[in-house]
Amino acid sequence: MKLQRKNRLRATALGALAVSSALVLTACGSDNNSGGDTGGSSEKTSAASNIKCDDAKGQLLASGSSAQKNAMDLWVKDYMAGCKGVEINYKSSSSGEGIIAFNQGTVGFAGSDSALKPEEVADSKKICKTGQGINLPMVGGPIAIGFHLEGVDSLTLDAPTLAKIFNNKIKKWNDPAIAKLNDGAKLPDKAIQAFHRSEDSGTTQNLGKYLAATAPNDWKYEPEKKWPAPGGQAASGSAGVAAQVKQVDGSIGYFELSYASSQSISTVDINTGGSTPVKASSENASKAIAAAKIKGTGKDLALDLDYTTKAEGAYPIVLVTYEVVCDTGNKAETLPTVKSFLNYTASDEGQKVLTDAGYAPIPTEINAKVRETIASLS
Amino acid sequence: MASSTPIDTPPVPPVQRKRARPKASGRAGDKIFLGLSRGSGILLLVIMASIAVFLTYRATLAVSKDEGNFFTTLDWNPVGDKPVFGIAVLLFGTIVSSIIAMAIAVPIAVGIALFISHYAPRKLAAPLAYVVDLLAAVPSIVYGIWGALFLVPYLEGLNLWLDQFFGWTYVLEKTEVGVARSLFTVGILLAIMILPIVTSVSREVFLQVPKMNEEAALALGATRWEVIRLSVLPFGRSGVISASMLGLGRALGETMAVATVLSPSFVISAHVLNPGGGTFAQNIAAKFDEADQFGRDALIASGLVLFILTLLVNGAARLIIARRKEYSGANA
Repeated sequence: MKLQRKNRLRATALGALAVSSALVLTACGSDNNSGGDTGGSSEKTSAASNIKCDDAKGQLLASGSSAQKNAMDLWVKDYMAGCKGVEINYKSSSSGEGIIAFNQGTVGFAGSDSALKPEEVADSKKICKTGQGINLPMVGGPIAIGFHLEGVDSLTLDAPTLAKIFNNKIKKWNDPAIAKLNDGAKLPDKAIQAFHRSEDSGTTQNLGKYLAATAPNDWKYEPEKKWPAPGGQAASGSAGVAAQVKQVDGSIGYFELSYASSQSISTVDINTGGSTPVKASSENASKAIAAAKIKGTGKDLALDLDYTTKAEGAYPIVLVTYEVVCDTGNKAETLPTVKSFLNYTASDEGQKVLTDAGYAPIPTEINAKVRETIASLS
Repeated sequence: MASSTPIDTPPVPPVQRKRARPKASGRAGDKIFLGLSRGSGILLLVIMASIAVFLTYRATLAVSKDEGNFFTTLDWNPVGDKPVFGIAVLLFGTIVSSIIAMAIAVPIAVGIALFISHYAPRKLAAPLAYVVDLLAAVPSIVYGIWGALFLVPYLEGLNLWLDQFFGWTYVLEKTEVGVARSLFTVGILLAIMILPIVTSVSREVFLQVPKMNEEAALALGATRWEVIRLSVLPFGRSGVISASMLGLGRALGETMAVATVLSPSFVISAHVLNPGGGTFAQNIAAKFDEADQFGRDALIASGLVLFILTLLVNGAARLIIARRKEYSGANA
């Protein structure tokens, strides 16, 4: 009997080991596989002929926002095809991680969904010996509101209605508030199933910023990466939300436009108060970004997006992601590569890549300033 | 735990040394084998200890800065200056979904096991046992995808029916709209996933019932059902319990299938048909990618709780079995 007890104890330990090693394995798995697969595609010939390689050489590490991952992948591929001997590795993790890595001096530049906070700028002064970290707006994008409702192909909503749908105040598709915005549409007496992201996300934060700015009475939450409102259902990743909206009749959700177009999900037109409701498209998103003011001082080009814009054809639910670099005091060995690469991404050719990938190019006026700033980096 | 093996291994070498001395070749083999097996034992303990130390260390880092209560806060937001996170929802979801899974899977598994061991003609029994074992070979992400794409849409009808006729139980009342991405659905999926292990262990146990016991019951005029009730079930009880606990262990830690099916939210609701809730493993899988260093520590802290929970469940099961064995041992 005694022996058996001991055996049992050992079996318990074994079981516990299995559980815990499984845990650790999961952990390592998700930790390591996010970056790294961008290298080694140099033999592919590229149409990009105007890439100026200048003195670019060696390896450039970068890290940050996953919202611009698809754009970065395309850029890196084209750039490395054009400039042999340069290796750029953008690790798509999160804006926060990118900025931490930047402020520790381990990456040449960081990608971020939101401009540096004052304390992050203060931290950056240690790495940028003579200067500080600045934000360069590089990638814009519309956040589409996708819906799936049998018998309804197009739908118009405004910010307060959208806010009430997403915080569970409007529960039925034939609610008078929705009917008022959609004359003549046959809205069924069906429950609205609103989907949001289950994990922290820059997309959630940007939708939150839009709702908080345009419907302050109906959306009283701080714009955070975590979904703040009660009710609704959650799915993992933009892909997960899009899949649910595609599958469930009576659903509504938000994701980057590319997910809607690739799965032919109908998107909501936004009534901004202008003469006609605005469709979600790359072009319309660029128009809204054009209404932004530069709030950064000196070389910092952080944008203050005007979510309440009523400009004709400007789609207001947008996100802008930045590249974070030092204005002066960049590391000497990576500076030429950073300048050359960012020069390419901000060029007409680089920005054109964005439209094809479902993002929105940065409007010319702001982009001109970005190029100017890149040229002056030292 | 760490001390148990060192205590019971040392007595072995002296005995072997004495006996093995005359034969030189046998001695070398013995020594190598002893070294290998002892090494494996020690390696296991070292790995186990390092995992426990790692989990505890990282968990302490996070929990010490938690502005909420780690055990009661209904939120998971380990970012910013005031990180707030608590495991209440995860603990609730993990236990509830596992209980649902057990309630569905154990009776069915015992039924299948009895059918295979005592009712099915031999031609049918072997393939059937094989099919059940095959269920265990399916990777959990495949269960997850099947659950999300097939089970969830088709469960909606069942949910409405349960709500209509059993809504009065409160637990089966569906108060929120939404597809069936609920703890209940997760429970059903987990039940299917743990079915093979519970079935095959139970089957083995039922097959080991002494023929004499069964024949004695038959000789007394018992029907087939009475034979099973009088001789098979009492003999197999401890085996079924340990089979269930093996299944429970899998249900508690299941990750991908739950993460694919559940619509996570940080709410505790006894309405198991409502979408929402969360489990430890699901929460870790869902949040790990976007979490920063501190967020990961917080997730690791929740992992530590699952680790302890699993140890406790296993320990409890072993206690139960230990007691039962003495009783059923008299039968054998």
